[in-house]
Amino acid sequence: MLPKLRLRRREIVCQQAVELITDYLEGALSRADRRRFEAHLAGCPHCTEYLAQMRATIELTGGITADDLTVQMQDDFIDLYRQWRADRDGQ
Amino acid sequence: MDQEPDAELLARLRAGDERAFVTLVRRHHAAMLSLAAGYVPSMAVAEEVVQDTWLGVLRGIGGFEGRSSVRTWLFRILVNRARTAGVRERRSVAIGDAGPAVDRSRFDATGHWAVPPERWVEEADDRLDAAKLGGRLRSAINELPDRQREVVTLRDVEGLSSEEVCSVLEISEGNQRVLLHRGRSRLRQVLETELGRA
Repeated sequence: MLPKLRLRRREIVCQQAVELITDYLEGALSRADRRRFEAHLAGCPHCTEYLAQMRATIELTGGITADDLTVQMQDDFIDLYRQWRADRDGQ
Repeated sequence: MDQEPDAELLARLRAGDERAFVTLVRRHHAAMLSLAAGYVPSMAVAEEVVQDTWLGVLRGIGGFEGRSSVRTWLFRILVNRARTAGVRERRSVAIGDAGPAVDRSRFDATGHWAVPPERWVEEADDRLDAAKLGGRLRSAINELPDRQREVVTLRDVEGLSSEEVCSVLEISEGNQRVLLHRGRSRLRQVLETELGRA
């Protein structure tokens, strides 16, 4: 093990915590940064709430249902398909 | 039936099943259109790009080797075509340069919350019906800068993995995370404005 030469960085504040959230959720923080981030959350109800909101945002975004195709567009795609088959089979 | 995996639909399509084609198109059309719109000057051109992509899928179907997921393959074809068709100078904001996740005015001089997040998570379920909230989120996604919209659409709407997104968009993991962070942060703010108790 290399000796830890890096000075212990200061605790993070809220404004920094909100910028680390995606890296945290993606598992991309270093162990040291993750520890600092979690230590901040443990003492900060607002950032804890903020993290819950980011998770809820992701979940709600995942629940968006695609706009269904209009009948016209669906017919266009069926035409596209039939045209392709006709071309292919004609070759 | 609509839950049938993409790979099975593709196999049926390869065997000449027209309905499998329509199911695949319906499943991916909205995301493809949204993605294509980031490259071209109008929705009409984006629709052409998507149609052209599906034609490319039909023509290239024998070449799909299953090394990536079907949708990664689809989106990659789409992005290649959209980039070729893209005549618009992309409004690409430098990736690390898109502003903070939360407006600076909400923190005090020491970086602590001055205007803390309004609570809304509990309300998200029952305050608004899902369709209305979904519509609001969709328009918020459409208003994101192009690259953020692409990443959010692929990751959070379509559910691609970060590796798949990087592969489709040809960006690094680090850039993908920055774009995702900006996009998600913006959507959170929209939801707070929509649902918070202000």
